[in-house]
Amino acid sequence: MSTEQIFDLGQCTVRELNQALHDFNGHRAGPHFRVRNAQGDHALAVGIAAPLSVDIEGHVGYYCAGMNQHATVTIHGNAGTGLAENIMSGVVRVKGNASQAAAATGRGGLVVIEGDAAARCGISMKGVDIVVQGSVGHMSGFMAQRGRLVVCGNAGAALGDSLYEAEIYVRGTVADLGADCIEKELTAAQIVALNTLLEQAGVSAKAADFKRFGSARQLYHFNIDHADAY
Amino acid sequence: MCGIVGLYLKNRALEPQLGALFEPMLLEMTQRGPDSTGFAVYRDPAPVGQLKLVLQHPDPAFDWALVAAALGAQFAVDVALRVHHTHCLLRLSVSEAALRRYLVEQAPAYAVVSIGQHIEIYKEVGLPLAVAVAFGLRGMQGSHAIGHTRMATESAVTTAGSHPFSTGSDLCLVHNGSLSNHNRLRRKLEKAGAVFRTENDSEVAAKYLDVQMQHGATLSEALTQALVDLDGFYTFTIGTSDGFAVLRDPIACKPAVMAETDDWVAMASEYRALARLPGVKQARLWEPEPATVYVWGGAAGAAPLN
Repeated sequence: MSTEQIFDLGQCTVRELNQALHDFNGHRAGPHFRVRNAQGDHALAVGIAAPLSVDIEGHVGYYCAGMNQHATVTIHGNAGTGLAENIMSGVVRVKGNASQAAAATGRGGLVVIEGDAAARCGISMKGVDIVVQGSVGHMSGFMAQRGRLVVCGNAGAALGDSLYEAEIYVRGTVADLGADCIEKELTAAQIVALNTLLEQAGVSAKAADFKRFGSARQLYHFNIDHADAY
Repeated sequence: MCGIVGLYLKNRALEPQLGALFEPMLLEMTQRGPDSTGFAVYRDPAPVGQLKLVLQHPDPAFDWALVAAALGAQFAVDVALRVHHTHCLLRLSVSEAALRRYLVEQAPAYAVVSIGQHIEIYKEVGLPLAVAVAFGLRGMQGSHAIGHTRMATESAVTTAGSHPFSTGSDLCLVHNGSLSNHNRLRRKLEKAGAVFRTENDSEVAAKYLDVQMQHGATLSEALTQALVDLDGFYTFTIGTSDGFAVLRDPIACKPAVMAETDDWVAMASEYRALARLPGVKQARLWEPEPATVYVWGGAAGAAPLN
């Protein structure tokens, strides 16, 4: 379907935009949506459950593209706190920077941040892939359970604190590692998979230039031998 | 939730536009704080020996001429007076200590909002647009401005409980967050002679910094010590006569984004408040690190772009 629907947020409400997007939930296809005049509005394009493509021109506020399923949402500006929170599938891309807690609790799909992401990027992620072309702030990957957090720049303090089984890749420097997060070997299979992800994200970086970090498994592991103590 | 914004001009040629650049930043934070609004503008410094005093009374028809006459008689000086809505700006040649002593002793019907050579604070209950228009923010010129839109949590929605808080000469503070050890700190400061006007936690933080600086600390040193002595959630923006600073607590939950160009430094709770500043697309843009002191101007000198 090649039609385009245009929503000017100077003329319509966020609720009208989101309702128009939700009207396609469960559909197998839909038009291309172009959202103009975003000026930091919160909760834009939240809860889409259809393979729509949405281009948002301007800056978005909190929780943009939260709970996304199947859709491709591109933000031509900066994003506020909680970008793509709990994303299930699809692709959310930010051309600028993302604020705190980007892709928090995300269960699937891909989030690409072309600028920097601030603190707590990928906090409690559960399967989403996150590719940040710039740097991430402190406490990124906190309690991350599954998925990959890829940082082409540097990582702030306490990276991967209380990490479960998510994989963290950093090309630049790491200020320091959080509790139970350690550097791990980058295997040949992981290099292949990471190159595929970088290509998917449209990022020209080589997987071999990254370091991998993962859980030391000393903090979270339930040890059956100690069952009496719980 | 509250909204805070600050704009510090590095290029003096922009000073005539301070209000015009700053007002949209403040209005953009309306959703974050619709209860009350306030701002501090640093401008038009009083000559050495003279002070600018901003007073407030809820009645816009309050007889400020009477107040000016009483001050003039007390200190045997001329008092210049200009009324802005519910506030009145007075200028008089008097020592700050004598003026403060008089104001405490008189326990006047009006409130003291700010005292200094540069600072003027205007704040009222109400939406940012109404407050900005009432005080003519858009037309104000100056070197830097700090503003706050309040969603009240720690104390009542009153003019006195609105930000910015200024407890000492030319220093003011706006706060997003809540302090958890402000009662203990208040008692400690009171024992050392501090007088508080409200029950607000942010006033304690302002007074704390003020006391540190009265004991010789630079703004940067006072903020470094604040990281040790203040407990709770905070993103602060602080103004002094010639300085501008930002501080977030070690967890840094309360939002803050900063932008800097060769012409200005700006901070806001959300990027949307910065989006209209000239040259913002080319600006260095970042979210301040936790437990890290950012200072421009003042005794620290102008911090370089990095």
